[in-house]
Amino acid sequence: MSKAMRLRGFLRKEILQIRRDPSSIILALVMPVVLLFLFGYGVSLDAKQVPVALVLEDHGPEARELAARFVLSRYFEPVGAMSMAEATAWLDQRRVDGIVQVQTDFAARLQRGEAVPVQVVVNGTDANRAALIQAYVGGILTQWSAQRLARGLPASLPAVSVEQRIWFNDANDSTAFLVPGLVALVMTLIGVLLTALVIAREWERGTMEAILSTPLSVGEIMVGKLLPYFLLGMMGLALSVGLGRLVFHVPFRGSYLVLLLLSTLFLLASLGFGLFISAGTRVQFVAAQISIIAGFLPAFFLSGLLFDLESTPRAIQIVSHIVPARYFVSASHTVFLAGDVWPVLGWDALALGIMSLVLIRLARSRLGKRLEG
Amino acid sequence: MNPADPILAIQDLHKSFAGKAKAPVAALRGVSFAVQPREVVGLVGPDGAGKTTLMRLAAGLLVPDQGSATVLGLDSVRDTLLIQGRVSYMPQKFGLYQDLTCQENLDLYADLQSVELAARPARYTRLLEMTGLAPFSDRLAGHLSGGMKQKLGLACALVKSPELLLLDEPTVGVDPVSRRELWRIVGEMVASEGLGVLAATAYLDEAEKCQRVVVLHEGLKLAEGEPAMFREQVRGHSFAVVPTSGTRPRSIQARLVGQPGVVDATIRGGRVRVVTEGASPQVMEGTFPAGMAAEIRPVEPTFEDAFMKLQADTQDATAARTAPSPAASHSPLPASDSVVHTRGLVKRFGSFTAVSDIGFDVHQGEIFGLLGPNGAGKSTTFRMLCGLSKATAGEVRVAGRDLRRTGSYARQRLGYMAQQFSLYGQLSVTENLRFFGRAYGLSGKRLRTRIEWALAEFELAAHRDDSAGLLPGGYKQRLAMAASLLHEPDILFLDEPTSGVDPLARRDFWRRINAFAESGVTVVVTTHFMEEAEYCDRMLIMSQGRELATGTPQEIRDLARTAVHPDPTIEDAFIALAEGTAKPSAPEAKP
Repeated sequence: MSKAMRLRGFLRKEILQIRRDPSSIILALVMPVVLLFLFGYGVSLDAKQVPVALVLEDHGPEARELAARFVLSRYFEPVGAMSMAEATAWLDQRRVDGIVQVQTDFAARLQRGEAVPVQVVVNGTDANRAALIQAYVGGILTQWSAQRLARGLPASLPAVSVEQRIWFNDANDSTAFLVPGLVALVMTLIGVLLTALVIAREWERGTMEAILSTPLSVGEIMVGKLLPYFLLGMMGLALSVGLGRLVFHVPFRGSYLVLLLLSTLFLLASLGFGLFISAGTRVQFVAAQISIIAGFLPAFFLSGLLFDLESTPRAIQIVSHIVPARYFVSASHTVFLAGDVWPVLGWDALALGIMSLVLIRLARSRLGKRLEG
Repeated sequence: MNPADPILAIQDLHKSFAGKAKAPVAALRGVSFAVQPREVVGLVGPDGAGKTTLMRLAAGLLVPDQGSATVLGLDSVRDTLLIQGRVSYMPQKFGLYQDLTCQENLDLYADLQSVELAARPARYTRLLEMTGLAPFSDRLAGHLSGGMKQKLGLACALVKSPELLLLDEPTVGVDPVSRRELWRIVGEMVASEGLGVLAATAYLDEAEKCQRVVVLHEGLKLAEGEPAMFREQVRGHSFAVVPTSGTRPRSIQARLVGQPGVVDATIRGGRVRVVTEGASPQVMEGTFPAGMAAEIRPVEPTFEDAFMKLQADTQDATAARTAPSPAASHSPLPASDSVVHTRGLVKRFGSFTAVSDIGFDVHQGEIFGLLGPNGAGKSTTFRMLCGLSKATAGEVRVAGRDLRRTGSYARQRLGYMAQQFSLYGQLSVTENLRFFGRAYGLSGKRLRTRIEWALAEFELAAHRDDSAGLLPGGYKQRLAMAASLLHEPDILFLDEPTSGVDPLARRDFWRRINAFAESGVTVVVTTHFMEEAEYCDRMLIMSQGRELATGTPQEIRDLARTAVHPDPTIEDAFIALAEGTAKPSAPEAKP
């Protein structure tokens, strides 16, 4: 009876504080929207409608047919250049990202069955983009030769070519990849940063000392702190998923229930971490720094949210195993893009479950009823 | 628990804290005493005496290294939660949620203390009435004045009917009116509910309001007893030196401080109050010219006298204090009636008027005090004087100039010590001094001499290589003052220099300020300690942005002199002025 009263009083206080403190609302509900739009519109890992200069030195029908393929492709936006010199100037001015040069003896060589002299120059400033452009150009050339061969016309490439297809993300759309990962980021912000800040603030303002001197038990303080921020985190999750589906049309192939289960585990781990940080450091500034360095940055860089972990150095892959966000990003990608694939999700759920248990236990042991330490 | 048992029994309590990379610091070294039901026990001692540690141990927030704290017959370590349900503790920062309203704060603590719902309305009404907060119950705690916050903190601690109330410096930084009210509320609760109270305090006059006093010093109990017992110990040691008309009491006091055989010399009610080592005024002979004093007469001892004597007896031979050697030479200021001159000073922040129509003059070599509770507008006035903030209306001239126009010339002549510790915490004492010296344009040999002077004058030499941020409170204050004096200013602005400083360090501070004024430095100082006003030659008392009165301590006291109160203190005068029972003085004749 008195236990319920204490907990109710503490929870009500916590909710009133959240409602009156614009910074927690901003962090929990405005940040996700900002991040989502930033990543949804601002950051794109694809190359689409790449401006390229097309230098046709051979004006025969074969060359024009090849040029038409570039014009029709949605990956390129070709601009005709009079000469290689002009095209190079454009490249230097950044008006184009690449040059496709069809040389004078194109038709003649093609007839003789020799390798076609098509030169591709790509701006290599952004290596990823350069590689993509190069691959797209290669793809167009391959398609073109394959069709010529099919029609029994001479072509320079072998009849068999490798067909590439990117699984799960057919459209090769990075938004579909980024949004599920962002959910992890949003929940880390709320679970670690916000939680660490609000408790450190209680220490700074001296309210923690007053609270500790009441009959409130450590368990009640834990629940009183975890529950409101858990709900806030879930609101952040709902907001991110809703916006992702409605605005960015991200596919969702698994079930919401499974996402809810994994998010719960991940959020508990984050909250436990946040509590753990703030139980030790009693200054908001330090709590914020630790949360960002130990919580936010790993969730950003070591979770596979931006970069596929498989392509990172071995050492980083090993380190990433202690980052809870890694398991959640993996699970989130799976639920969004592949479906309820239990062989993947099961391990993620297990790892997140263990981590949340360990972190909450650690926080519990560090957040005593005494002031020492 | 037997009804005759004490509600708090402290037994041989030891507690030390691990210092960073250094030997552990012993906060308490074997303290024992008890608090009985219906008893108000005062815990006094300078900073670092162990008061807060003792409070926290009693509240079960710390675990003793040795010994025990038994509360209501329960052990503070084993039965922490049980104790916390029956005891209320008001920490120094009183634990209010600034973003909750008064009512919400009360509700929270009522929930946490499991106060029955049926009992709440009556309790709330009573507490809000007692504290005078009823009209503000929907106001956010963060928007209350300092005194109101403190009263709300007390109301939250009293929301259940505790059997023991632990108060850690409940009146720090609170205006005298609110201080009196806080003690009245505590008294009423003791009378009506029979609780016991342990109150730590740095105000020695508050100790007189307790039934028993425990004096702590560096973790040890120096003495314990009723205030009357303390007073009796020094009976015959207390004297009042009445200055002849035309003699400033300060001139006598400055000569007595630090004399062998003189334990304490303060200015109270226009007279110099002296506590002597032996029970005779003989030690004073020859310390000041005979023409200065009209009379030396024995007076009733106070607890403060006894406390000072105890401190002096403890510190093995109080280091003989040399009178400070103030700034060597002073180029005369440009001929002007007053060094600081203000008329019709107004400062508004939006629709809020922080300072309204303040005007005064300060003459060379004068100590001028700006007095008032927190939030009275002292600091705002101060910033306008120093040219740090622009007046909305009115005139400010310092050393004959407007600081906002001809900044650098006048700034060379003034030293400013901000209220907040404004030194670089990571730099050492000497590095800080070197930085501030250079900022004021000192260099080479002059800078070195001035730094050596500051280290010697402010007794900082032993700490010269310590980080400023790690210095004990009183030392930080000294360093801040030293930094503001390096360039030998003619005018010294001190904003709350004694806030948060214990009684001993405060005396030390005023001794220095006096010495500087005697040497011709003009001092403008703000303070919320009313008794410090006695050190000022003239003062302006402010409340809520307005001038309540201006004048010499004598003139201010005269305002509150009545048949009932024949000998009021400045504090009495302030309360009378604030409550409207004394008429504010007509502003002094302005030249």
